[in-house]
Amino acid sequence: MKHLELRGIRKEFGGVPANDGIDLSVRSGEIAALLGENGAGKTTLMNILYGLYRPDAGEILVDGRPAAIRSPKDAIRLGIGMVHQHFLLIGRHTAAENVALGLEGVPFVRPERWAARRMEEFAARYGLRVRPEAPVWLLSAGQQQRLELIKALIRGARLLILDEPTSVLTDAEADELFAVLRRMTAEGMSVIFITHKLEEVMRLSHAITVLRRGRVAGTASTAETTPEALASLMTGLEPVAPAARAQRAPGPEVLRVEGLTVAGDMGVPAVSELAFSVRSGEVLGVAGVSGNGQSELAEALTGLRRPERGSIRISGTEAAGRDCRALRALGVRHVPEERPRFGVVGDMSVAENAVLTRYHEPPFCRRGMLDAAEMRRRAESLIACYGIRPPSPEARAGTLSGGNIQKLILGREADGKPALIVAVHPTYGLDVGATEFVRERLLEKRAEGAAVLLISEDLEEVLRLSDRVAVMFEGRFLDVRENRGLDRRELMLLMGGGQPA
Amino acid sequence: MNASFGLGAETLSRSLAAATPLLLGTLGEITAERSGVLNLGVEGMMAAGAVAGFSAAHATGSPWIGLAAAIGAGAALALVHAFFSVTLKANQIVCGIALTMLGLGISGVWGRAFVGTPLACRFQAVLWSRDPVFYLAVVLTAALSWLLFRTRWGVAVRSVGENPLAADAAGLPVDRIRILCTAFGGAMAGMAGGYLSLVYIPSWIEGMTAGRGWIVIGLTIFAGWKPWKAFAGALLFGGIDVSQYLFQDHCSPNFLKMLPYAATLLALLASGRSLHGASAPPAALAVPYRKGER
Repeated sequence: MKHLELRGIRKEFGGVPANDGIDLSVRSGEIAALLGENGAGKTTLMNILYGLYRPDAGEILVDGRPAAIRSPKDAIRLGIGMVHQHFLLIGRHTAAENVALGLEGVPFVRPERWAARRMEEFAARYGLRVRPEAPVWLLSAGQQQRLELIKALIRGARLLILDEPTSVLTDAEADELFAVLRRMTAEGMSVIFITHKLEEVMRLSHAITVLRRGRVAGTASTAETTPEALASLMTGLEPVAPAARAQRAPGPEVLRVEGLTVAGDMGVPAVSELAFSVRSGEVLGVAGVSGNGQSELAEALTGLRRPERGSIRISGTEAAGRDCRALRALGVRHVPEERPRFGVVGDMSVAENAVLTRYHEPPFCRRGMLDAAEMRRRAESLIACYGIRPPSPEARAGTLSGGNIQKLILGREADGKPALIVAVHPTYGLDVGATEFVRERLLEKRAEGAAVLLISEDLEEVLRLSDRVAVMFEGRFLDVRENRGLDRRELMLLMGGGQPA
Repeated sequence: MNASFGLGAETLSRSLAAATPLLLGTLGEITAERSGVLNLGVEGMMAAGAVAGFSAAHATGSPWIGLAAAIGAGAALALVHAFFSVTLKANQIVCGIALTMLGLGISGVWGRAFVGTPLACRFQAVLWSRDPVFYLAVVLTAALSWLLFRTRWGVAVRSVGENPLAADAAGLPVDRIRILCTAFGGAMAGMAGGYLSLVYIPSWIEGMTAGRGWIVIGLTIFAGWKPWKAFAGALLFGGIDVSQYLFQDHCSPNFLKMLPYAATLLALLASGRSLHGASAPPAALAVPYRKGER
């Protein structure tokens, strides 16, 4: 029997469809995996199902009946529970207070005592144990997730949506979670499991729906499919473009990383014991699904995040733990991810942004005074060289399109003779023209002798630009290979944490 | 012996009277801020409450009707604040300061007719020759503390002020809760103002709030957003206020007038701030919640 059916779901954000005609069905007692790359529309779809977004078109059927879900409250009433990737818990409150929050039927006085008693029941039944009086901010990620599960179950969830549930868990915690989920489905509950990790899908799910760019790329029964087939569905098999890279012998070593361990925001190591090097005139491409330590690696290399331990040598100088400005002086440049947030100051002009990393030094600053004319001249030269539109140094950077913001950042960072360029998702969200432009500039810098560390989820891009390719998974490089005759599907498997054949 | 006892009792009595409006205002501000709404319009709402209370009591001869009018005036101004800062998501700091100016301005104009008019009616003392509003403030302290930390409403209010997204996902009406808490805060500020013009200095003088609204905002932080600590803080500040009269023979009056404000600064420095500690501010304080935004 079908527990849930979605028909023709469509949702646009600013004219761009995040979901486009999606059909999905889940049978009772089934673990259904929703698989796809980042930005494929998985989370949007589940937020629609949970009433956080309204769909522009399409219908939702629960237990065969059409359901109007306008708010999470409606979803809860229909027995739908969701555990978000970023937990929706109140850090200062206790676990029991979080359970009591917004719960129907709790007593008016001392609701947390009542919640604590209910928590005991679920601890016994599913092995979901969390101390009721513990403040949430003191709980580990795994415990917080358990608390989210308890919250959903106490609200009577019969269909659980889990968004990337293992991304914050250790292996042991993930195994525990899987055991709990199996116990739940054995009692007739259904689970939708959002992930991009192929190995988990094969291990846990019964049925799989693959999303790609907001559409259903295919569905499969887990028993009848292979990780390879799923990888093809996720990316879409397009022929690999011939590498435009000129072959050239790399120069001396510019970056050497040894034993690098970097903690993520949650305190667990995001990068563990990493060791690699990049040479002058070489592009090292780091492929991998976001959230496997790439951001933390880039931040450590550019001075934004202090590594726990390990060594980062730039042209022989130890640079671990130095700040951004010191690293810049060593020739490190950064083309950051989330460019509107980390790359430019949106409320400042193009001219001000053009000198953002150098405003304190001549010729832009003399005796503590900024030289507006010099900044303007600098911006005009960037605008001319990089074709930034609109061609106005006074324009607010935040009003520029994504492609033009990236041109501005690239112009600022690639200026002069950089020793190392750390480029993170440099073409993410850009149109074809801007993408080409950015890639050509990176290859140009490589030809001029810069070492380039390219971090990207776009396998196509990594294969086209890199001299060597590393696959990053859970804070480590699974493999570093020369970029010659690499099999895309095998890399895809590695990105999902699978073992090489 | 007798004289010094008399002086002590007199000082205590005056301190309690000076503390009452501070306590009322702070309880209100604690509620608003716990729900995530910073209301810097307290000073204006107090002034509006003072003049509304005085004029209603003057017209009807009943201090109770005066107090009700003061509460209504404060709540009405607070609803303006709620409309702009919660419904329209405007900047709460700008909006609150604008309301302070508005409240002071309106009360000045409205009160012009009452300048120099003594208030004919007073509250009857209920116990130990104290006015009933003082006891009401004590009861409200206990009630608010209980509501905030021991009941379902309290969990809802605190959650909305800590993490509105989580509260929304749990099915709580975030904006409605914030509007109600803001209105309650304004009502309490209005009552504080009414206390000033009905009990403390039973008359209307323009500028009679004398920065007490700002002290309330400082006291809210000093109290760590907790009603009983607000009670202690209000008594302390009431005492400081009264010490002006005690030491006026020994000290420059200018220095003494400065005391409550200087003490506010010191208290704020001393209370310090941490992210998770017991006296940390509500995490979503002054941050408007926009539903469904990516």
